[in-house]
Amino acid sequence: MKALCWHGKKDVRYDDVPDPRIEEPRDAIVKVTSCAICGSDLHLYDGFMMGMESGDILGHEFMGEVVEVGAADHRLKVGDRVVVPFTICCGECEQCRRGNFSVCERSNRNKGLADKMFGHATAGLFGYTHLTGGYAGGQAEYVRVPFADVAPVKITNGLTDDQVLFLGDILPTGWQAAVQCDIQPTDTVAIWGAGPVGQFAIRAAVLLGAKQVVVIDNVPERLGMAEAGGATTINFDHESVVERLNDLTAGKGPEKCIDAVGMEAHATRSLDSLYDRAKQAIMLETDRPHVLREMIYVCRPAGTLSVPGVYGGLIDKLPFGALMNKGLTLRTGQTHVNRWTDDLLRRIEEGQLDPSFVITHTVALEDGPEMYKTFRDKKDGCIKVVLKP
Amino acid sequence: MNAYRPATNAARRHRAIRATARGIGWLSIGVGVAELLMPRTLAGAAGLRGREGIVRACGVREIVTGIGILAVRRPGPWMWARVAGDALDFATVGSRVGRRGNGSLALAAIAGAAVLDAGCASAIDRIERRGKPPMRNYSDRRGLPLPPTAMRGAALKDFEMPADMATPALLAPWPPTALSP
Repeated sequence: MKALCWHGKKDVRYDDVPDPRIEEPRDAIVKVTSCAICGSDLHLYDGFMMGMESGDILGHEFMGEVVEVGAADHRLKVGDRVVVPFTICCGECEQCRRGNFSVCERSNRNKGLADKMFGHATAGLFGYTHLTGGYAGGQAEYVRVPFADVAPVKITNGLTDDQVLFLGDILPTGWQAAVQCDIQPTDTVAIWGAGPVGQFAIRAAVLLGAKQVVVIDNVPERLGMAEAGGATTINFDHESVVERLNDLTAGKGPEKCIDAVGMEAHATRSLDSLYDRAKQAIMLETDRPHVLREMIYVCRPAGTLSVPGVYGGLIDKLPFGALMNKGLTLRTGQTHVNRWTDDLLRRIEEGQLDPSFVITHTVALEDGPEMYKTFRDKKDGCIKVVLKP
Repeated sequence: MNAYRPATNAARRHRAIRATARGIGWLSIGVGVAELLMPRTLAGAAGLRGREGIVRACGVREIVTGIGILAVRRPGPWMWARVAGDALDFATVGSRVGRRGNGSLALAAIAGAAVLDAGCASAIDRIERRGKPPMRNYSDRRGLPLPPTAMRGAALKDFEMPADMATPALLAPWPPTALSP
């Protein structure tokens, strides 16, 4: 079959690879009908995430048709149409029973490696480094889905791929980012990053009743889409984020802050960003935490910071004194996708939200390598790329 | 399907220019390190004997501009900073030509570097100017069935806040009364 494979920094290729096969009784094989490039795939593309090996199949946002099921998978059958969450979960361990699916205790088959890196392993993820299991990803014609009797979301209605594809990652990620802010009707929610997760976080914050939603970015097209969703926008190339946020909140700062940027912040005009880039260039720091620093600084005391943006390793000069003295609550983590999928699917069916608004580019899978670059460079108004195998 | 554009000659040219800029960035760091570690040798070669402090300062400048070029996505300003540095070097070495050392050779090397730096900086500027196609307009991409003002709080009628994600009781309003909007 054909798949997009990682071969090194900025080197993604459309390769011939062996077809996947059933390896465990609870597996299923899914023929991919739509997949997407996620912002967190760019961390792999840019070479900032550890644990990738040449030839790894990329992709953790995908959906398709079940073409084969293992003997112990009594939930799926051949022909089912499914969206597959990016987190692989067993459904039986202590964390899964608590709904903490992204930290499933059994699905990461490289537990020893992850234990060394993070202290304790997190869940297996599709197409996302050997630290999270080294599972083949979904930017391919076929995918093996482990524990397929647990996470895949069956689509039994007439909704299109474009409407439901993002149930596997970025829609629940934006939703969880807003939910874990516990938004109150008096709250201002500030969201750093108007990429796909930021766009969904904006809609989630509006639907969950925020008084005011403010988004921070410097890409005009993304700010335009954010305004359409109800956000007040701040272009950090043109104005001071801290001053404007204070202006918008009577000098008190936003109660809730969401980091939808993660480890590759691009605020090149700020001194701390230059410092991060210099340290990153000489390998003394893995991530650029400009957004975390700014959130901690500007957030209202006793406020909440929600971090769906992906961080991979070590950060420097984090103002933990401000975080502690202001009594901020910090909520992080990969998304517990299956906590939200039933609820969000119902909202899509009822017309409360149409996630397809975020798609700006739809291309064939073979064009994926070029689209990684377009997406990475934010060229051609690119916000979300959907690939069709 | 929309918007896919295969790599063009222009795209390949852009990549070559950016690769040249990266090469200059690494070269700048290398020269800077040499100027910091061997100021006496380099000062002698450039006819600046006795002015090792200036050579070290130039080394710091070279390292800073080199890191700047490598670290940012749009290195044009850092390339122009190098051109300004080249002019400064030219003036400094030029003022000492005729005294001891290979001042003329050093001047020629600086001039060569300046031409390369200025050429690369200009090429990057041209890319930046040309590389901005008309902005796409996504102002109609609401994703919501009604204007956001009408959708505010729409999910709350049937959304149950998970207890483990609610604001810790310690930080909730006290006394625990409902907040009014």
